[in-house]
Amino acid sequence: MLHFLVNWLASTPSFATPYALAALGLIISERVGVLSLGAEGFLLVGALAGVAADLEFGGLPAAALVVAMLAAAAVSLLFALLVVVLRVNQVIAGLAIVFFCQGLTSLVGTLGGWTNRAIAGLHAVAIWPLSAIPFAGRILFTQDLVVFATVPIFFLVSRILSRSMLGLRLRSVGENPDAADATGVSVSLYRFGAVLAGSALIGLAGGYLSVVDVKIWIPDMTGGRGWIAIALVIFARWQPWRALFGALLFGCIEALIPRIAAAGIQAPQYFLLMTPYLATIAVMVWVGLTKLGRLKEPAALGRPHVREERR
Amino acid sequence: MAAALKLAGVRKSFDGFPALDHADFEAEAGEVHALLGENGAGKSSLMNVAAGLYAPEAGRIFVDGEEVVLTGPRDAIARRIGMVHQEFKLVRPFTVAENVLLANWRGRFAHGLREMERQIRTQAEQLGFAVDPRSRIDELSIAERQRVEIIKVLLAGARILILDEPTAVLTDEEAVRLLTTVRTLAARGTAVILVTHKLGEVTAFADRVTVMRGGRAVAVLDARSTTADELTKLAVGTRVTPPRRASSPPGARRIAVEGLQVARADGHMTVVDATFHVRAGEIYGIAGVGGNGQTELVEALTGVRAPLAGSVELDGAGDTTGASAERLRDLGIASIPADRFGYGLAGGLSVIDNFCVGQVHTAFYGSWLWTDGASMRKAATRAVAEFDVQGVHNMRQKSALLSGGNAQKLIIAREFSRDPKVIIAHSPSRGLDVRACAAVHERLLNARAAGAAIVLISDDLDEVLSLSDRIGVMTRGRIAAEFIAPADRQAVGRVMVHHA
Repeated sequence: MLHFLVNWLASTPSFATPYALAALGLIISERVGVLSLGAEGFLLVGALAGVAADLEFGGLPAAALVVAMLAAAAVSLLFALLVVVLRVNQVIAGLAIVFFCQGLTSLVGTLGGWTNRAIAGLHAVAIWPLSAIPFAGRILFTQDLVVFATVPIFFLVSRILSRSMLGLRLRSVGENPDAADATGVSVSLYRFGAVLAGSALIGLAGGYLSVVDVKIWIPDMTGGRGWIAIALVIFARWQPWRALFGALLFGCIEALIPRIAAAGIQAPQYFLLMTPYLATIAVMVWVGLTKLGRLKEPAALGRPHVREERR
Repeated sequence: MAAALKLAGVRKSFDGFPALDHADFEAEAGEVHALLGENGAGKSSLMNVAAGLYAPEAGRIFVDGEEVVLTGPRDAIARRIGMVHQEFKLVRPFTVAENVLLANWRGRFAHGLREMERQIRTQAEQLGFAVDPRSRIDELSIAERQRVEIIKVLLAGARILILDEPTAVLTDEEAVRLLTTVRTLAARGTAVILVTHKLGEVTAFADRVTVMRGGRAVAVLDARSTTADELTKLAVGTRVTPPRRASSPPGARRIAVEGLQVARADGHMTVVDATFHVRAGEIYGIAGVGGNGQTELVEALTGVRAPLAGSVELDGAGDTTGASAERLRDLGIASIPADRFGYGLAGGLSVIDNFCVGQVHTAFYGSWLWTDGASMRKAATRAVAEFDVQGVHNMRQKSALLSGGNAQKLIIAREFSRDPKVIIAHSPSRGLDVRACAAVHERLLNARAAGAAIVLISDDLDEVLSLSDRIGVMTRGRIAAEFIAPADRQAVGRVMVHHA
């Protein structure tokens, strides 16, 4: 039983990391008022770009992850152009981006010959002597570098959002773009920048899935994790640390699936695969039932900003 | 000496309808320059051009004699033009200091925040305001939010200060204090532009006045040597007589409120003990300094917010405490909210839709499956004519294009079309000009004559005194005293400030 528990908890961080990074990217974008429904698409782009770069550059996982971020940011330029410059409905644009990216990644993956090719990827490292601590060493100090980097990334983003001039302006754009505009903040510029930065983080999450996690690219391999991340952000009430907690929760659930199979427990496979999505619905119900008081969604979320409109 | 701000031949139209038509304006450093005109005369539009928010279709802008092109508010701020808008440009979940910091870039956030807190305290003290830099905008009353706006613009270094209807939300005393401060600012060399429709402010506090009518400036006068009559004639065209209140005995009790307690969204109890009743054919005025629980009282009476304790009884319906807004509407409660674009109208919808939405659930305009467009249009057109809603060029135009006064008339037309038993009117004439204000008051008095019980909650003491049959003074969430009309203005004012 203890063996099962340690194995389960030790595999949780690597399941939680993509959720955490994607949710954080979404928070950045949604805090400036852009509803980034294209997350699933950016995950796919990141995943493919990561594997492609790893294959082409000859196994440099760190470089592959950087390429994953850049690729997702590049594709998000199109989304930013649609919603920030052309002020298209953000929901429609987000959905279109998802389907566009699904097609694009399948096509490019096949054309480039990167589909179904296993890569070496990034391996876990043990931080000796901490990793020698019984149980906790396995769970906390024998992980890959991205897992270790996630906490500082969260700290940085959370600090920028809540305690910096940049964050103050970002949040003002998401809460009241008219007020931000009247004080001289460029609403379009901040929204553009935040969408790019947020998408880069989502791209990193995608790259993590393919380069670190499964170490292969398969079309549509993200399996709806982008959508779960969107739900996670709502659960987290747009707060980074709550999102990390939520990601760990989902990571736990997902990590349980292979453990149950490995432990030889008889359970319907498709029911197990369904559990993350079932948990998503449960989370939404919980959010609906509890009063979260002051933690409201950004007031201008999903609203294009047009100056000069009389209200 | 070149004028601090000069606008020449400015033209601007919305949806093809010209709001500004070759408007000229000039203000000098060191003067308080009033911009007078009715609602819809183009005062705010002209000043929004000066603040860089509206791009004019034609016309030139000069700052200190130098021609400038303002591509946005950032350019205007760089020219040290600051505007306090009627609809406050504040980020509501932010604190006062954070809002001010937003307008003043500082290298270090925490340091900048402390610096702003200090500066806000100093500035507030100079202006005679009480502002806590650490309170959230959400928690402040409208009057308090305005003070924050003024401080924010001043701390951003404005040298040309535009105030759009600044006294509309202030009590008499506060208004005088603000306008006195404004004079001090002018004495320091600031060009202050005071957009207003209150003649008294113009003659008492301004140096010069530009009168606007129909999108253009019709006269520039020396404010000290002009008279209220002359200004009215220029702005309105005719003299407006205030409506008179006919005396009639009130009827049966329509609404009785007993020991009502209401809390704000953040849990703070703002209505502590409200007890009063209103009879048919009676206007019950609730006077008080803004932020003493009026907003929450209105929300509780109109079914927007459930009270914590106490009871509300309606004639013929019994206890309706905590009933939904829809049920209360069915029982004959009409509501004229203070925030007319926020709660009164759906700005993006047409005039017809906004008029008819009040009765949609009663199947008056068709069933749940379809609506009877023709009858909706007919009813709305009739009401627009009957209630003299101006500026409706097309019944399908967005109601957001209406000026404040006409938007209010449209709301009144909708609410009064159902012959309401009880009317809850919250600051119904806030920000309206003389004529629109008189029209709103006349409608309230007509409803009173028709036998409605009216609760009139207003920050404007004159409005309460001139319309009400009985007056309750609300301070710190309590009806602290009650007066019977004609009430002594001094006595009412004393209760207002004594308990506040």
